[in-house]
Amino acid sequence: MKNNQLKDIRETYADKFGFNMPEQPFSKVQKGLSEDVIRQISLSKGEPEWMLDFRLKAYEAFLKKPMPSWGADLSHIDFQNIYYYIKPGDVEKRTWDDVPEDVKTTFDRLGVPQAEREYLAGVKAQYDSEVVYSSLMGELEEEGVIFLSTDEALRKYPEIFKEYFGKVIPSADNKFAALNSAVWSGGSFVYIPKGVTVKRPLQAYFRINAESMGQFERTLIIAEEGSFANYVEGCTAPVYSSDSLHAAVVEVIVKLGARFRYTTIQNWSDNVYNLVTKRARVEKDAVMEWVDGNLGSRVTMKYPSCYLIGEGARGEVLSIAYASKGQHQDAGAKMIHAAPNTSSSIVSKSVSLRGGRTSYRGLVDVTLAAPNSKSRVECDALILDSISATDTFPTMRINESSANVEHEATVSKIGEEKLFYLMSRGLTENEAMGLIVSGFIEPIVRELPMEYAVELNRLIELEMEGSVG
Amino acid sequence: MTYSLKIKNLRAGIEHKEILKGVDLMIKPKEVHALMGRNGSGKSTLAQTLMGSPTYKVLEGSAGIFRKDILGLETTERAKNGLFLSFQYPSEIPGVKVYSYLRMIYNKSHEDKLSPRVFREFLAKKMELLEMDPSFSDRFLNEGFSGGEKKRMEMLQMLMLEPKVIILDEVDSGLDIDAIKIVSRAVNYLIEEHNSSVLLITHYSRILNYIKPDFVHVMLDGKIVKTGGEEVASHLEEYGYSSSELNVPAVKHEE
Repeated sequence: MKNNQLKDIRETYADKFGFNMPEQPFSKVQKGLSEDVIRQISLSKGEPEWMLDFRLKAYEAFLKKPMPSWGADLSHIDFQNIYYYIKPGDVEKRTWDDVPEDVKTTFDRLGVPQAEREYLAGVKAQYDSEVVYSSLMGELEEEGVIFLSTDEALRKYPEIFKEYFGKVIPSADNKFAALNSAVWSGGSFVYIPKGVTVKRPLQAYFRINAESMGQFERTLIIAEEGSFANYVEGCTAPVYSSDSLHAAVVEVIVKLGARFRYTTIQNWSDNVYNLVTKRARVEKDAVMEWVDGNLGSRVTMKYPSCYLIGEGARGEVLSIAYASKGQHQDAGAKMIHAAPNTSSSIVSKSVSLRGGRTSYRGLVDVTLAAPNSKSRVECDALILDSISATDTFPTMRINESSANVEHEATVSKIGEEKLFYLMSRGLTENEAMGLIVSGFIEPIVRELPMEYAVELNRLIELEMEGSVG
Repeated sequence: MTYSLKIKNLRAGIEHKEILKGVDLMIKPKEVHALMGRNGSGKSTLAQTLMGSPTYKVLEGSAGIFRKDILGLETTERAKNGLFLSFQYPSEIPGVKVYSYLRMIYNKSHEDKLSPRVFREFLAKKMELLEMDPSFSDRFLNEGFSGGEKKRMEMLQMLMLEPKVIILDEVDSGLDIDAIKIVSRAVNYLIEEHNSSVLLITHYSRILNYIKPDFVHVMLDGKIVKTGGEEVASHLEEYGYSSSELNVPAVKHEE
């Protein structure tokens, strides 16, 4: 039954994958970063002058900014050994044979259809399912919703774009945001007009194309007053990328009384440095929710943030980190309370096994401008064996005496007695462990769209196989 | 004669401490054996050792279910061979919904898998037998359950697994008389319908009014020192464990 269900989901997934035709071909590709490379990127995209200036300024900032001295080990990143823009034609040059065996095996076990595998492995750049995307877009367009690739949005809606782009996360915010600002390509642009409720989640699948698989996605979302929408990106199947650096930037503006949820589930192959800056500006009585699932990658550093700048604004982060062999998930959240009666909640769950390491790193900043604000932080770590590790770096800056801030942290190991209890009911040790892990992350998984929840649990079952004994 | 549970000279303990000092016990299908004895006499150790708890180490002896030796098996395999232990202190498993968990253990223990609809009906009947509110199936396994609720959840799992050998480790402790009747109903149902046999560990003879024992054993310092019928339980009720009668060697019942 379960397998059939999964198969059905897989089949619909296949329909959902939508690739746009490649943008105009880019003739020259070179490794490394220089002003010249940035000019080429901008030129090949036919961008307006201001965007080129933005990129070049960001590049200057990137050169000046030091590498973060905290967090995960980034010393192995070689910026000059990376392609900063890959012409769409090149993506297809990778063949199925180039995909590592373990990635293929996981695809087999998850039952991913071949077409989807090729896409996930970056072998295939085009996937013909524009129909789904167009019909969805038809409905949305009637309401005035814009859902495009960021490049396309820059061409089609230059005014809106210029008004908001780079405003929530300035190009010089941090070294990797600066890098993204200099070389960005792909990502999503979403505009929800005033008062519009989008019932179905906006799935990045629907409009994904070669670019968005790229390393330097740039996403910009504007939720106008009183609007409501849910954006979902990612996939639980491992995304194989031969490119070792993924530095994305996501900016969200949630206006008066609007509500926006941004859900990400990503499972990068374990050679990838995943360094993402995500930030939302949350205005009066608006609500921003980040649901963030980080699996895979060699290193992830990601701290979705909410700047609560309007009275009564609310920010939430639900985050799952799952670190296995050779992986370090350094994830958390930032909540900046900058207006009265604002509230925030951070729930972080991490699982480490087979020598993996998880870190929770969080900031709650209640400024003097934020009387009567509330914040609640809960971070729970589960460690499955004695060679894995977890640590917690919570920072609280509370400048306002009327603030109500709670912090709870737990670290637990899977107790022998729980395993024994479940095994006494006929479950194997791996099944018992999988069940305990699924239960541990359930508070976050239940917030995911159903197909993601099913897949995530299935993935955990697979991960548990051979994890003991 | 085939015994559903046959224990011979079982010695077990924790590091540097022997707790079971040679236990012999033979139980036939449909038989109920009560095991009584004061705290620390080794009753729970026996239950846990039979189920394969990692806490206890077997030093000597054998234990088998229908002639299959179980001491060399993983706990999972012991369960698959029909052994069930109702825990004195069941673990709480947060985030795991009772319904999906029960369906999982049912499907793993039965050749014929039930469709979700048929399983739901099956489950509803068993919950009715235990007078459990249907809302229990949406809760997380044992999380925030009262002592009595946990015991009923043990019985519900037992009814899913339909085990051949049931060990009840103080299933009656902390239960009021109505709850004891309900628990007994579930156990008697399995004895009647599935020929299950029962090793009933208890401090009090009260539950023996509802689950009728064929034999009552008394354990003292890691050994069974007395075996008899219901009269042994009544004697204990009256005179307690310090009665000198208990110092006589255990009666061996027929092989």
